[in-house]
Amino acid sequence: MSKDVLLKVKDLKMHYPIRGGVLFRQVATNFAVDKVSFEINKGETLGIVGESGCGKSTVAKAILRLYEPTSGEVEFDGKDIRSMSKGDLRKTRQDMQIIFQDPMESLNSRHTVGTILEEPYVIHGIGTRTERRKWVADLLNKVGLQSDAVNRFPHEFSGGQRQRIGIARAIALNPKLLICDEPVSALDVSIQSQILNLLVDLQRELDLTLLFIAHDLAVVKHVSDRIAVMYLGKIVEMNDAEKLYSHPVHPYTRALLSSIPVPDPQKKKEHDVLTGEVPSPINPPAGCHFHARCPYAQQKCRIDRPELKAVKDNPNWLVSCHLMYDFIN
Amino acid sequence: MASEDVLLKVENLTTTFQTDEDSVTVLDDVSFDLLKGETLGIVGESGCGKSVTALSIMRLLPRPAGKVEKGTITYKEEDLLSLTTEQMHTVRGKKIAMIFQEPMTALNPVHRIGKQLGEIYQIHFPDMAEDEVRTAQIDILKKVGIPAPEKRLREYPHQLSGGMRQRVMIAMALACKPDILIADEPTTALDVTTQNQILNLMRDLQREINMSIIFITHDLGVIAEMCDRVIVMYAGRIVEQSPVRGLFASPYHPYTKGLLESIPRLETPPKSKLEIIEGLVPNLKNIPEGCRFHSRCDFEKEECGKTDPPEEKVNDDTTRTVACIRWRELNS
Repeated sequence: MSKDVLLKVKDLKMHYPIRGGVLFRQVATNFAVDKVSFEINKGETLGIVGESGCGKSTVAKAILRLYEPTSGEVEFDGKDIRSMSKGDLRKTRQDMQIIFQDPMESLNSRHTVGTILEEPYVIHGIGTRTERRKWVADLLNKVGLQSDAVNRFPHEFSGGQRQRIGIARAIALNPKLLICDEPVSALDVSIQSQILNLLVDLQRELDLTLLFIAHDLAVVKHVSDRIAVMYLGKIVEMNDAEKLYSHPVHPYTRALLSSIPVPDPQKKKEHDVLTGEVPSPINPPAGCHFHARCPYAQQKCRIDRPELKAVKDNPNWLVSCHLMYDFIN
Repeated sequence: MASEDVLLKVENLTTTFQTDEDSVTVLDDVSFDLLKGETLGIVGESGCGKSVTALSIMRLLPRPAGKVEKGTITYKEEDLLSLTTEQMHTVRGKKIAMIFQEPMTALNPVHRIGKQLGEIYQIHFPDMAEDEVRTAQIDILKKVGIPAPEKRLREYPHQLSGGMRQRVMIAMALACKPDILIADEPTTALDVTTQNQILNLMRDLQREINMSIIFITHDLGVIAEMCDRVIVMYAGRIVEQSPVRGLFASPYHPYTKGLLESIPRLETPPKSKLEIIEGLVPNLKNIPEGCRFHSRCDFEKEECGKTDPPEEKVNDDTTRTVACIRWRELNS
């Protein structure tokens, strides 16, 4: 493993037991995340795209151990996250922060912005009161808010400004890794671009590594160096951002790309319409998870589950499809 | 355009909401035509008044807070705003139908799909026999692409996926073959592949029953794919109206330009600076003097803060208007 890897996730599994019946026995399993592996290098942005229920947010939360993963390895900055004691985990979390989709739900509505932003320093016992005040003022400045915001409450701000507060809190402790879970999907277009610009600027300024999760492919492509596409708890394709868009291989990636409405009426195009719906992760289909909706599915796709494999020995280009070489050549 | 092609004419529509302290004007002097068979898009950000326009037409404004202060909504030579409640019942659902963003909140969770869908036939076609209603229900569910419709009729909304629920909503809206379908963010809550399915379905059904659609969305991509003409709204006003190609090829209003430039596209270079519109949408309680966009506009002049820009026709082209006092010089 090279020195530059900041986060390494290997065979991560998150299975939820479904209980039912009179005795509350386990009757089924929800395979929310199933054998997901990836690495993020320092300073890089890895994007994860996928539709609702594909497990992308669960991956984020399992990395931070906000959910206890069922199995698998998570290595952050050379340290094994999964075997850490609570105290060590708390210390390590200084370096790994997360921002959520809806800042109204993740900011305490009874605290002023000043208190919210000071809290990370208080929890980790950093600085004196005056120092902390100064840092909070710096943070507000960094995310483009007025310094008088400290005495105001989250509800006094618009959605975009609240997301800025969420970002300020996340970068307070100078983290190495920032996980962004759908950070702009609740925002209006004109505000969305402001927040995306801010994230890109902060990444450069603070040398951040980002894990950027979203369902909007154009947004993910805009910020990411590499992208992983998830479907039903698994990564189906991973490649450099530009190449993923110019040479999508997996039939699901291609369908996803062709489904995006293009904001240009001159380019009205016929989309490949995917039939059917995402199956339930509770009883995922046998074989390839995508076979029921895949226009190219063959007998072996219904029986054998494909593994994520490097294409042409390029470790950056991974596809999980039995027929991948048919599509490449 | 010939006036006989106009199916719905909205003139000087002004809608206010009463709050505890004062009354807030959420729609201010909005006028537009909907032509037969066309898809008219209304685009804008939260709070610009696009949904209130739809609710005003349907006369579904929340009461007692919401009220149409002024204006007319003419459908088939009748002003919808002057109809009695009973007369409106014969229009709403039968002639003008509406679908909403979140079908889970629009469907009644305690009734089976069959019962909710059957209600429409009971109300609008009271003479239909029970087995006729059932056949009609199964037909319409098949038409919107729901597999095993007989089984679905016995299910509750929570047993369906988001896409299926939206299909049920569309089936309910189209059961009476309306002249006009108002779709308020119908695909916003759906995943892209499902959105694609629903948009295709709407296009096919529109062709089949030749209805007009008012398509409300904040997504310019969806507008580009679905609409013939577009209205851009900002803070309760129409700032630009145009055929879809013209709008995307050469937007005239600085707000429209800003919107189009601020969306990340697949072809923009990664991590490049996105164009932004500085500042925030104004609070409707506190509408700025003059042009509502002036404080965020890159081309602001002193006059912009004083004169309220009228909606002007572009080159006598009746289908294109813009509300900006500087549009001529900015686009010459």
